[in-house]
Amino acid sequence: MTQAAMTGAVRKTPAASRLTRQRARAAWLFLAPSLLVLILVAAWPLLRTFAYGFTDANLADPGAAAFIGFENYRFLLTDPLWWRSVWNTVFFTVVAVSLEMVIGTIIALALNAAVPWRGGLRAAVLIPWVIPTVVAAQMWGWMYHDIHGVLNEILVGLGLIEAKLAWTADPDLAIWAVIFTDVWKTTPFVALLVLAGLQMVPRDILEAAKMDGVSGFKLFFGVILPLIRSAVLVAALFRILDSLRIFDVIYVLTGNNERTMSMSVYARQQLVDFQDVGFGSAATSLLFGIVALVSVVYLMLGRLELMRED
Amino acid sequence: MRLGYAQRRRLKRIGFWALAAVIVIYTVFPFYWSIVTSMKTGSALFSVDLLPPDPVWENYHLIFAEQPFARNIGNSVLVAVAVVALSLALAVTAAFAFGRLRFRGRVGLLLAILAVSMFPQVAVLSGMFTLVRWLGLFNSLFALILTYLIFTLPFTVWVLTTFMRELPKELEEAAIVDGAKPLTILTRIYLPLLVPALATTGLLAFIVAWNEFLFALTFTLSNEMRTVPVAIALMTGGSQYELPWGQIMAASVVVTLPLIALVLVCQRMIVSGLTAGAVKG
Repeated sequence: MTQAAMTGAVRKTPAASRLTRQRARAAWLFLAPSLLVLILVAAWPLLRTFAYGFTDANLADPGAAAFIGFENYRFLLTDPLWWRSVWNTVFFTVVAVSLEMVIGTIIALALNAAVPWRGGLRAAVLIPWVIPTVVAAQMWGWMYHDIHGVLNEILVGLGLIEAKLAWTADPDLAIWAVIFTDVWKTTPFVALLVLAGLQMVPRDILEAAKMDGVSGFKLFFGVILPLIRSAVLVAALFRILDSLRIFDVIYVLTGNNERTMSMSVYARQQLVDFQDVGFGSAATSLLFGIVALVSVVYLMLGRLELMRED
Repeated sequence: MRLGYAQRRRLKRIGFWALAAVIVIYTVFPFYWSIVTSMKTGSALFSVDLLPPDPVWENYHLIFAEQPFARNIGNSVLVAVAVVALSLALAVTAAFAFGRLRFRGRVGLLLAILAVSMFPQVAVLSGMFTLVRWLGLFNSLFALILTYLIFTLPFTVWVLTTFMRELPKELEEAAIVDGAKPLTILTRIYLPLLVPALATTGLLAFIVAWNEFLFALTFTLSNEMRTVPVAIALMTGGSQYELPWGQIMAASVVVTLPLIALVLVCQRMIVSGLTAGAVKG
């Protein structure tokens, strides 16, 4: 009898399989409370929202709703403000996440280098991460203030701009005000994830590269970046998903201004301010679809990439 | 002219210190500026001094005297503590099942829970609103305690599962031979070992619940039921034309200082918790 067949035979003894069954039953008992809670606060609200999207429900009495098919979606796809908010969200996501990845990686490299006060540097970097988003938006809102803001004062003082700018009111600048705030707030998260990747890079590989005279940019792009690729990809995925649903910063900083309106801000305005639960739900369902699609495509591309490497 | 080795080294070192200084100024300055602003009133608010010329505490007095800010802080503490306690209690048994027990559909279920944590919050807003009203919880803190579970529970399950998996198998084998039931194994063997992981995960869940805005904005109505982020976002003063920036900054400092103290004390814990959820998973 081969080794494998023997272990197979052993596993099939009544006592062992009883134990397996007992443990599988216990697993479901242990999972039940969490699963019930998630069905109540995640699955049900999501499905209810999808269902509302096909009705003309309003906030005052959502129970009295009539089924209207794809009417909400038809209207949504012809609403220029919706497309404006889609474009704003995509523009914001691409620009902000790119900046966050670049600045986050630079900070991670600095944190990874052996410096005397690395602990202090890391503590400083964690500050924006822990500050509530709403608070960050208010802090920046005050710094952006068109007349009394410190940002204008500094930029004028340095001679970088000639006159004070209305950061949050100027239609062309407002989206940048949002981007800079979000980049400040979320770059530490990227830095920490990239740093975790950097710390797994074996020291001897770096030593060997240095012995061969590889340094600077070449060392980073040729040796380090391929090794920390998965950490970078994970950080980027988290940031992209977060950016596509951005709400807090925009709501506090620029309100319902259509030059900065994101899909989430648009949907909440329809739902709560205009009380149009049916239409608002259609918008949030579309947002959900977009986020799901982006995640699936991203994960598939990531997997293809990894397979090609093997 | 070529630089010598020592000179290049020194240049590199100066460049590095400059980079570190730029990073610190970039990350700390906005918070520093809010502290400075919070100690100014009247026309001093509109001058740009790096130190308040004559610091006053009036704004701090006003947020507690004119606004129900103490109440708001109490609300936030209550909600965050309750959410953390509930999430950990639910997640620790689920993580035991995911990390330690074999059963059909384990991977699929774990991925489904991970998917929930990626939901855009607004995507469940109208369904959640219906749930909250149906349970009679509108404008109550219980609405927030219940609804926050949608993001704290998947996250705590996920992180605790990765911690649970790393514990050595030998620990429970002896107990299984002795005929211990799974619940005994969880509470007697694993729970004591998980205390650091629970602290880390709980801390992260606390911060997430403390900072949440969209649900708190939508499911509460009155000033007295607001949590800190909503109170700070909607803070208005006597005049409708100019926001009370001094008070907003004072409130921001009050709620941020404890968080920063927490971060300074628990740096290592936070970093390990954040990366356990993402990189190892």
